[in-house]
Amino acid sequence: MTSPNPPKKGRFKIFLGYAAGVGKTYQMLDEGQELRRKGLDVVVGYFEPHGRQDTIARTEGLEIIPRREVVYRGTTFQEMDTEAILRRKPEVCVVDELAHTNVPGSERAKRWQDVQVLLEAGISVLTSLNIQHLESLNDQVWQMTGVRVRETLPDWVVDQADEIVVVDVTPRALRHRLERGVIYSREKAEKALDNFFAEHNLSALREIAMRHAAHEIEEKLSVADASTPSASRHDSSASADPSGRKECILICVDERPSAAVLIRRGRRVADYLRAECLAIYVSPDPALSHLSQEQREAVEKHLGFARNLRIEASVIQADVVADGVVEFARTRQATQIFMGRSPAKGWKHRLRGSTLHRVVRLARDMQITIVAERRR
Amino acid sequence: MPGKRPSPEELLRRIEAEEQQTRRGRLKIFLGYASRVGKSFRMLDEGRRRKQRGQDVVIGYIQGKLGSDVSHVLQAMEVIPGLKVWGNGKEEDVMDVVAILRRHPQVCLVDELARDNPPGSRNPKRWQDVKELLDNGITVVTAINLQYIAEQQDAIEKITGKRASQTVPEAFIRSADEIVIVDAPPEDLHQDAPSNTADTRRLSELRELALLLAAEVVDQQLHQSLELRGVETFLGSQERILVCITPRSNAQRMLESGRRNAERFHCDLLALYVRQRALSAADEELVENHLALAREFGAKVHVVDATSSVPAILEFARDHAITQLFVGHSLTTRWHDFLFGNPLDQLIESAEAMDVRIFPHPGLHSTS
Repeated sequence: MTSPNPPKKGRFKIFLGYAAGVGKTYQMLDEGQELRRKGLDVVVGYFEPHGRQDTIARTEGLEIIPRREVVYRGTTFQEMDTEAILRRKPEVCVVDELAHTNVPGSERAKRWQDVQVLLEAGISVLTSLNIQHLESLNDQVWQMTGVRVRETLPDWVVDQADEIVVVDVTPRALRHRLERGVIYSREKAEKALDNFFAEHNLSALREIAMRHAAHEIEEKLSVADASTPSASRHDSSASADPSGRKECILICVDERPSAAVLIRRGRRVADYLRAECLAIYVSPDPALSHLSQEQREAVEKHLGFARNLRIEASVIQADVVADGVVEFARTRQATQIFMGRSPAKGWKHRLRGSTLHRVVRLARDMQITIVAERRR
Repeated sequence: MPGKRPSPEELLRRIEAEEQQTRRGRLKIFLGYASRVGKSFRMLDEGRRRKQRGQDVVIGYIQGKLGSDVSHVLQAMEVIPGLKVWGNGKEEDVMDVVAILRRHPQVCLVDELARDNPPGSRNPKRWQDVKELLDNGITVVTAINLQYIAEQQDAIEKITGKRASQTVPEAFIRSADEIVIVDAPPEDLHQDAPSNTADTRRLSELRELALLLAAEVVDQQLHQSLELRGVETFLGSQERILVCITPRSNAQRMLESGRRNAERFHCDLLALYVRQRALSAADEELVENHLALAREFGAKVHVVDATSSVPAILEFARDHAITQLFVGHSLTTRWHDFLFGNPLDQLIESAEAMDVRIFPHPGLHSTS
């Protein structure tokens, strides 16, 4: 339900692609031009020309807000000047590359946070994004392409978009563009064609982008249904498992790096099942004093990461980890427990007596998901 | 769809099919979910770009009424005039296949793929005209609205209440070398008309359908190309759920959950029963019931014979690019554990590339 005096937020539109060069920026600027012709006050807040002439031509006649210079370790970087845009207060602002990370020392760490500020101020935003920057897909993208995408944004940011448009070209056409030097310099293009831009990688990313856009449409329809019960075709937004309970996924975090994989996967499955999502770290000492500083920092990093993805994350005290997990799962009526595998090799030795083993034995009335290992 | 690993003969057959494909013209389809999303524009724009790059491009058919942005593209292109044919009491414009074949361009643009030709035409359907052009080595770039695909009619009717009378078989769409989704949110189509919620909703549903169909075609092409290159499995682009059936498993619950997950992920649901040894009549009946239920739930059911269940499940899962494996706690029997180790443990430890979801034993559920 809305509060009595809701501030009118700007509309948020994302042009979603599956790789550099599909034409997101071009289409986004086209729309900016179209809106300007209709009499709206449109500015370009940030635009990355990449030296592409036909795209640059698309900015003609649009007011460009000068970038802000930020000096970091002796090098000057150019970032979007969010404050200048707020002062200028246009109706619509075009912001390229939503997943961009601002240089340290900027007001906000990420461009999507700048965009949130603009939206809050009632400015509509047209922005561009490639699917591989979605946090929950990070492991999958790495497994498929060998590229660990560093600039990510939480899925919920994308969920908030009023509109998502898929900008599509075939991988073949995209590779041709690359070969002709439209996207990158010749040398960079050749390397890209063999790696990230290999045809099967592009196809896989493209498929994921299409499916994600379809998923977002379905979620919007279900939210609309929940607010107008009469129009209901899809089931309600808060889904129940076949027994009628609302689904709730509990992610068991440990101090290993693979916990991040677990968190992303749990978040993704919870989103698709419209389930509640929780994360816990179980420890005999809530202050984590039994851990080394390194381990303690890892646990805190994981819990922070989970919260960033809007997962309720906490440390639970229990002398035996497995017992703590199962008890918490029962209290919170979790329907699925997400866990990782044990670290050591050789199943006969590692499984017996492990936390996973004990949880599987203790929680015979619950569903337990042991999450895939991501390797290359 | 990934199937069993292909034999060398199968691979050879596919390579020959591929070569056959290269002698054919290439088929490229722009797929939209409604009229006015800009399919024809994208098609013509592609023709213009190809012509600029030196390809021999003609227009085989273009619909009469087009916007001004399109007409200036048209002026720069060679159009093969259509045949005026009398049918159903009016004059109809039909693509002149013979003239195009005689002219034999590299690339031919064909709008409105789903059109029926008037009685007495060379081919009853336009897509058959296109097929003839392809068979003669002419590349075709065409556009179609999702609402005119034959196999989608039930789904379309549920959304719009209408069925199309002139349609193209989905297999023809899937045979395309390239498919491009032409996407625009429903709001954009209403820009000049007052926005109507029910209408927007219908368009959103059609849009979702079009995106999922395009994703399926892309997935199919992806797996074909990977198979040709000898890549066994390639996980990640699409979920695939496998429910493992045993006599004592809570199959009902696993399958219900599997179906719901498959619906949410828009993915395939498979069910596997590994037949190890003669079952009692009672167990045999249980399994049969489970498998019948699986079919009812739309799962693709597979039964394999194997001496040991865990390796059989793992091999099947790998061959079918499974990402989520559903198993019951009941895989465990105490005497068997005692002799051979616990099969559930073995499965958990070996199925590293997929999520393994363990379901409660029947009777143990809902005790919380």
